[in-house]
Amino acid sequence: MSNAVLHVSNVQKSFGGLRALTDIDLEVEQGKTHAIIGPNGAGKSTLLNVCIGRLPPDSGKVIFAGQTITGRAPYEINQLGVARVFQTPEIFPDLSLLQNVMVPAFAKRDGTFRMNALSSLEKEKELRAEAEHLLEEFGLLHLYAKQAASLSRGDKRRLELAMCLIQHPKLLLLDEPTAGMSRHDTNRTIDLLQRIKERGMTKVIIEHDMHVVFSLADRISVLAQGKIIAEGAPDEVRGNPKVQEAYLGGAH
Amino acid sequence: MSAPTTAAERKKAISDPDFDVSTRQLPPRGPETKPMTNVDKDWLAIVAFTVIVLGMPWWLQPLGAAYPDLMQKFAIYGIFALGFNLLFGLTGYLSFGHAAFLGIGSYAAVWSFKLFTMNIIPAVLFAMLVAAVAAVFIGFISLRRSGIYFSILTLALAQMCYNLAYSVLTPITNGETGLRVLRDDPRVLDAMTGTERTGSLIGSLFGEKMVGYPGFYLCAVLLIIAFYIALRIMRSPFGMMLRAIKSNQHRMIYTGFNPRPYMLTIFVVSGMYSGLAGALLAITDPLAGAERMQWTASGEVVLMTILGGAGTISGPILGAGIIKYFENIFSALNDSALSSAFSFLPPAPREFLVTIVSPFVGEGWHLTLGILFMVIVIFLPGGIMEGIRRIWKLVTRRGSSSSKTEVQPAE
Repeated sequence: MSNAVLHVSNVQKSFGGLRALTDIDLEVEQGKTHAIIGPNGAGKSTLLNVCIGRLPPDSGKVIFAGQTITGRAPYEINQLGVARVFQTPEIFPDLSLLQNVMVPAFAKRDGTFRMNALSSLEKEKELRAEAEHLLEEFGLLHLYAKQAASLSRGDKRRLELAMCLIQHPKLLLLDEPTAGMSRHDTNRTIDLLQRIKERGMTKVIIEHDMHVVFSLADRISVLAQGKIIAEGAPDEVRGNPKVQEAYLGGAH
Repeated sequence: MSAPTTAAERKKAISDPDFDVSTRQLPPRGPETKPMTNVDKDWLAIVAFTVIVLGMPWWLQPLGAAYPDLMQKFAIYGIFALGFNLLFGLTGYLSFGHAAFLGIGSYAAVWSFKLFTMNIIPAVLFAMLVAAVAAVFIGFISLRRSGIYFSILTLALAQMCYNLAYSVLTPITNGETGLRVLRDDPRVLDAMTGTERTGSLIGSLFGEKMVGYPGFYLCAVLLIIAFYIALRIMRSPFGMMLRAIKSNQHRMIYTGFNPRPYMLTIFVVSGMYSGLAGALLAITDPLAGAERMQWTASGEVVLMTILGGAGTISGPILGAGIIKYFENIFSALNDSALSSAFSFLPPAPREFLVTIVSPFVGEGWHLTLGILFMVIVIFLPGGIMEGIRRIWKLVTRRGSSSSKTEVQPAE
């Protein structure tokens, strides 16, 4: 498949005696939304952590846009165009919402380090306008001067998503973006994610909520006990007896 | 800047992907319509600060602190605390070894007096350069860890400098006697220009000896420049990144930033501020001793910063002033000074009050400072500046209901 943006090849990862990931092969195509589902402890978050450079795999490699990214620092991987939304929102709680969105915009523009200690933030009108525009799209603009710590959990998640999107990443990894959200907030998030999809961004999404998975995913991989037991289009996966046994049947 | 108003313009805005986003209409939010921007406010702050600092000989008069030697100390330790706060206030990394840079700056300045010239400009530059080199070294090692481990590493390295100054490095530091300027030092630049020093050996600037009021004004001007640069750093994108590192270093890494060079840069800048303060100590009193590098001196600057308000621009300077005031004025109060202060009272209650108050002044000034420090930390975790801000809010609450709109938190 030449169209793959992310190519996870033969990845293994153990924690002590526990085999968290075994022979993982995964290909995510350009512009597609790839969902990874599976019961708790199946290794979904570990897989994302390997992709983002947070955990080194024991063997195997991850190739993103033609470059091997295993062993690279997380900030280098981000600079290549991979952004991640975490399971618990990772934002800058002490900064204002606007600053929260502007910091990643600077990373996108200036790289991993830039010495700009004597220039003024006030001059960054373009970045500010872009950040404000994105906050507006996310319905957070009216809060822009507020400290991010004061947001509700759902708003924090949306803020984190905005922080990722301002970088226009080629690949967005989402770890349970709707966990703990009300039905209303979940639907709003689905709307947002669908809009990103229209922009042609590739996404890998881990999700428990089947409503979210089936409204967004183009392709689904099912992970159980560190192995991919099934992969295919949503309808194929839904009908797969192995999946029903391991996941849908087991969980419910 | 105007929003697209005509139908054609609006159509252009939608169809043209390169249409400048900054001209799109946003809901009313105010900063553009506000008469005063952050930049204006900063200029106001700098002007006010300049007036306050240069006016010290007048407004310190009623406090009994308007003599140049003490005012020099206010300004010098103000610079020291300002630099410390650039590291601690912005990034949350608590260095417990900043006195090392103070001492290194002093030694470097005295060596500049000995080797090159009694002019203070090379002394200041040389001290900042040497402090920067030391900061690169100490920072490179200490910044491998964060939190308490960072503090302990800086403490250990600073104590190492202190002990080296007394032992191995005695040829450079002159050990316990302290390094002083001597009449038969080479001073190559002075010898070349034929400037022969007569009278006492004191650092000078264009023939003006830097003692007394000229010394104070030198320190004051450098404090104002240091304040201006610190304000610029805090207001810059770089300052925002440092705050972001303090807030969530984890997110910073996954956002594409390498925190290490940011931390090292601000550590070095902070070390250079301390080196400048050390140089000024040596300029106003050309004797450098190792006791300046002891850990108690590092602890003092932590107290100053927290007392005044870490992370605020003027808090640390205020804290430095208060501690130096206590150290010099409060410690000089004795029982007879107290009796004369309470002389308006009849003898019996006067005696009583003097007995009550005397343990807290004179030798006991540390006790008062300790109590003040505890009260501040418990009730005003943001330091004295937070107290001032709260009072200010109470006063202006009725005046305006407009919300804060700046990108940066107000100082």
